[in-house]
Amino acid sequence: MTHFLLRHRDISDIKDIEVYKKNGGFAAMKKVVTDMQPQQVVDEVKASGLRGRGGAGFPTGVKWSFLPNNIWPHYVVCNADESEPGTFKDREIMESNPFQFLEGVAIACYAVGATEGFVYLRGEFQQLQLFLDQCILQMEKEGVLGDRLFGTEYSLRLKTHLGAGAYICGEETALLESIEGKRGQPRVRPPFPAVVGLYGKPTVINNVETLTNLPFIIEKGAAWYKSLGTEKSPGVKVFSLSGNINKPGNYELPLGTTFRELIFTHGGGIPNDRKVKAIMPAGASSSIIRVDDSTFDKVMNTAMDYENVQSVGSLLGSASVIIIDDSHNMDWVIDKTVHFFKHESCGKCTPCRDGNYWMLHIVERIQDGQGTNADLQLLKTVATQVNGKCLCALGDFSTMAVTSALERFPEDFAAKVEA
Amino acid sequence: MSLAEKYPEEVKAIFAKYPVKRSAVMPLLYLAQREGGYITKLAMADIAAMLELDVTEVASIVGFYTLYHDEQAGKYRMQVCNDLPCALRGADKFLDALCQNLGVKVGETTPDGLVTVEAVMCLAACDKAPMFQLQEGDKVTYYENMTVDRTMELVAALKAGVHGKELR
Repeated sequence: MTHFLLRHRDISDIKDIEVYKKNGGFAAMKKVVTDMQPQQVVDEVKASGLRGRGGAGFPTGVKWSFLPNNIWPHYVVCNADESEPGTFKDREIMESNPFQFLEGVAIACYAVGATEGFVYLRGEFQQLQLFLDQCILQMEKEGVLGDRLFGTEYSLRLKTHLGAGAYICGEETALLESIEGKRGQPRVRPPFPAVVGLYGKPTVINNVETLTNLPFIIEKGAAWYKSLGTEKSPGVKVFSLSGNINKPGNYELPLGTTFRELIFTHGGGIPNDRKVKAIMPAGASSSIIRVDDSTFDKVMNTAMDYENVQSVGSLLGSASVIIIDDSHNMDWVIDKTVHFFKHESCGKCTPCRDGNYWMLHIVERIQDGQGTNADLQLLKTVATQVNGKCLCALGDFSTMAVTSALERFPEDFAAKVEA
Repeated sequence: MSLAEKYPEEVKAIFAKYPVKRSAVMPLLYLAQREGGYITKLAMADIAAMLELDVTEVASIVGFYTLYHDEQAGKYRMQVCNDLPCALRGADKFLDALCQNLGVKVGETTPDGLVTVEAVMCLAACDKAPMFQLQEGDKVTYYENMTVDRTMELVAALKAGVHGKELR
């Protein structure tokens, strides 16, 4: 299958600007700036059905249309703070197909009338920032970024901003705070960033993979894009496959591909003849899908798209599929996830900050064999008290694995508290 | 010496980059960390003065983000990810064995002051575990699909003053 996002898998030196140009690079940017009105670009992306690839799956064109036309300037911010345990797709896209990604950022800027765009990279991507800054310079020399593009009145500058280690900055309002030079803590909504965003101005925040789709959508059209994937979840998606799997890595596949195809055809199955015990399809923020003899076929035949993953009790999220084999116990798994969220809670909302502190204490007690049946009930109660009570989704995310593990793998915990 | 005196061109470029002055705080903090690997109280006061912020405000930013440090550690911080996906591929065992080979516990620095071993959260390299990043000043380099033997070779190279890039 041809790759549209991981294009370096087909054309290995696509990160060379000359190679990118020879393969149709920047044609979409030229087309929108010289031949299309911004509204036409918004309409085309709306018609394509493209949905946000950062995890929420919100329709991209609809998001763009929320920006008011009487408040200026508008900003586009690309969320490249990829930090969800299990997700490593944006990094590969930016490292290996940088110009298509940056062209996508530029197209989004044009669509919403922004003359300045920011790429927010997690601090750990420091080397990648140096690389992307060089790519931006090359694009300025090519005349696809800078002043009066393609002989029009439209000018555009792109800049990178480096975070410094904080999962919470992937939350869009925390990300904006971080660019503004503050601690990355989420804002109260409303107002939403579309109206009051970066520096108080209307702002669109899109994920790396979402934006990388744009050049092809413009070039080949919304109808072509809709022919890929499923009706409600059109297009292709990069699935990050990790954990107990023979061939971990990124796989670009149409939305709606089954778990079976991803895990066994592409991922090469489970090492050491182990069985799949659990799947976390949205990274550490997932409700854990139970896989056993009675549910194996149902889960494996499930289409991975925004709708169908719900039928097996989870969400697609950013499609960071973590495979857990039957050598692991769920108390160990949630010890890992709660440890992560306890560390990454920004501390602003008490339920998340304190809830994760107490959840970690209880989970560690259970892991150490010191837990009781009452601890299991207490853990569930704390998780319930965190869920839905915070300014951002981190609090909710931190409870997903805990609640689902307790409910779907009771035997793992019963064995632990009795032992 | 203040940052503006020490790195005049870079400080100027940082201020030119943003429409609002305060946005310069994060790049300036990286600059302050470049040489010694941590940010001194004096450097925080310097940055606070440049941005017309309270020094406490700047310190709170240093405290919030994990890649900024306000205490000295080894020349290199070896930050091993042992989150769930990496742990499923043996990151915990890797970290234990690494610590044993270096004769330190997690969070400690080798006696020669070269390497501080730390356990960190997800680094977006789950398919290439065991892995770690090496932080030196304001620079971060990834080392992926690592073994303890290759990591010890890297440590020897670092000790000899060679950044073991060929080992990545």
